[in-house]
Amino acid sequence: MFDLSGRKALVTGASGGIGEEIAKILHAQGAIVGLHGTRVEKLEALANTLGERVQIFPANLSDRAEVKALGEKAEAELGGVDILVNNAGITKDGLFVRMSDEDWDSVLEVNLTSVFRLTRELTHPMMRRRFGRIINITSIVGVTGNPGQANYCASKAGMIGFTKSLAQEIATRNVTVNCVAPGFIESAMTGKLNDRQKEAIMGAIPMKRMGTGAEVASAVAYLASTEAGYVTGQTLHVNGGMAMI
Amino acid sequence: MGDIAERVKKIVIDHLGVDADKVSEGASFIDDLGADSLDTVELVMAFEEEFGVEIPDDAADSILTVGDAVKFIEKAQA
Repeated sequence: MFDLSGRKALVTGASGGIGEEIAKILHAQGAIVGLHGTRVEKLEALANTLGERVQIFPANLSDRAEVKALGEKAEAELGGVDILVNNAGITKDGLFVRMSDEDWDSVLEVNLTSVFRLTRELTHPMMRRRFGRIINITSIVGVTGNPGQANYCASKAGMIGFTKSLAQEIATRNVTVNCVAPGFIESAMTGKLNDRQKEAIMGAIPMKRMGTGAEVASAVAYLASTEAGYVTGQTLHVNGGMAMI
Repeated sequence: MGDIAERVKKIVIDHLGVDADKVSEGASFIDDLGADSLDTVELVMAFEEEFGVEIPDDAADSILTVGDAVKFIEKAQA
């Protein structure tokens, strides 16, 4: 599809469903892939499945020192990160009037602040090399909103604004910054929904089905490619037509 | 030119890809050497790395020429 031979990619949250698919597809296109996650065993299992050209980087993204160290380590050990996929994310859902400071802070810290800090570590080397692809995995709800997810939606909307600003700043250096916004995707996150919730969601999706991690990952592979060099600051929605924006 | 000046000059030549003879002490990064605002930030970061000094944003704003950079670094290292 898109040849990524020789490119070095770092995927955060690679121990999760969508992250795993992203890592697999970048690897299948020939990239050397760094897998970040918190669950070492899952990362090791994925690394074993992929075989060659893979390395794991466990880190806790809610610890700011660990985020910085992750960036430095990945840059050094992969020999320069060309493709950064900020995919890691958490939810702490609850109706807004009952949302605690902790649930707000932890979601913003992991989903947005860690993206800022990790991207800052890796952007300057990309600028120096005059090539880079930064791909942020946001969400349809970052654009549409969703009851019970004020913290999550704020973090995902923040990611889009962050993406557009950074894209403008570093466009001349041949470093593109884009978002992929999944709709409802079969994953552990949507697996928590009950049947009634699922039914309601299907009613809102023209394709009448959930998407797959591989369908999200394909969008990432495109944005990571040389061919996507003129695309920056954009959000590519992968949502079965659920929102046409 | 002293050692610091030579090292500054080398960074500027490498980063901006300009001819050595253009990089005089009075040369302005933006007006004479074709740098954009991002280049000036990158130059400041490169100076920080090379000389192990910290250049705060307000000081960085006043570093407009090769000579300004040399003077700041000499002072910071004194």
